[in-house]
Amino acid sequence: MQPPLIVSTALDRGIQILSITDHNATGNIAAVQKAADGTGLTILPGMELQTAEEVHCLCIFDTLEQAHALQAIVDRLLPPLANRPDYFGDQLYVDENGDFLGREERLLLSSVRLSISEACHHVHRLGGLFIPAHVDRKAYGLLSHLGFVPADLPVDGLEVFRLSTPDQARVKYPQIASYPLLHNGDAHRLDQIQGTNQYYLEGPSVSEIRQAIFGRNNRFFSFFPFRESVL
Amino acid sequence: MNLAQIIKELDLSVVTHPQDFASIEPSCGYASDLLSCVMSGAQHHGLWVTLQAHANIIAVAALLDLCGIIITEGAAPDAATIAKANEEGINLFTTPRSTFWVVGRLWELGLRDR
Repeated sequence: MQPPLIVSTALDRGIQILSITDHNATGNIAAVQKAADGTGLTILPGMELQTAEEVHCLCIFDTLEQAHALQAIVDRLLPPLANRPDYFGDQLYVDENGDFLGREERLLLSSVRLSISEACHHVHRLGGLFIPAHVDRKAYGLLSHLGFVPADLPVDGLEVFRLSTPDQARVKYPQIASYPLLHNGDAHRLDQIQGTNQYYLEGPSVSEIRQAIFGRNNRFFSFFPFRESVL
Repeated sequence: MNLAQIIKELDLSVVTHPQDFASIEPSCGYASDLLSCVMSGAQHHGLWVTLQAHANIIAVAALLDLCGIIITEGAAPDAATIAKANEEGINLFTTPRSTFWVVGRLWELGLRDR
């Protein structure tokens, strides 16, 4: 996915806030931010971090510096394995036009040696949102790997996979019914960029989104069904 | 086969309070790292082998009344997890060995899956 196409697709679909959350990586965020500059689309820097328990967690920040601070921790705690592009695909860095800048040689697919509690602590310390991703998926989902949401884990909501609506997930998994449930917007292809969560905010920031997730100060969010099937 | 023999034969580190391990006999063994599988698959009073060290393992073990958890691959439960295990009366053991090795040794010693 090239930065200009990500930006134009998001704008075409009426999306105003988009977070770039590559797996254990933040190296392509600046390019998308530059591509979005002046368009009205806000790009929030993020990461999909894979914890020691092999649980995927979305970490979303206001600034690139915060995301890079998390990256510095991840870099220390990622196993030193080399990527095998023939198995896992190339891991490329590009500029705002989508032109090649470099190649990530480390395998980003593995787990960072941080427990989910430690990861949550670091993300909150850095000022970010911590949202376990696709919690109802068998692969890398919290419910499969940890059985249930740890009672003392201060998550900023949970994300449910796109095959269920949040209401369906509440019925199927009563143990997560009391958490704010966000719909999975994880787009690996341009046609998956959908914008299924609508947030009612005063501005595009982590603090505003957190207030909306928890329904505070007249901010709120709602699920907005797919405009077209991308299942 | 009791826990005292297993601790000795597998050279396990005991990280929770010592017990009269010779008086505790696991009914069977179980190995998985997915807690959702353990909750539906492990037998009561069984011994569970996993590399997960997250505090949720204690709640799962308490739910199923497991007699102990062997945490493999050098994974280390944190202080809060150990405290919770002591509170719940769950025996926690650690080893640098792999799950494959631990399960193989337990089978050799006569422990079975049911």
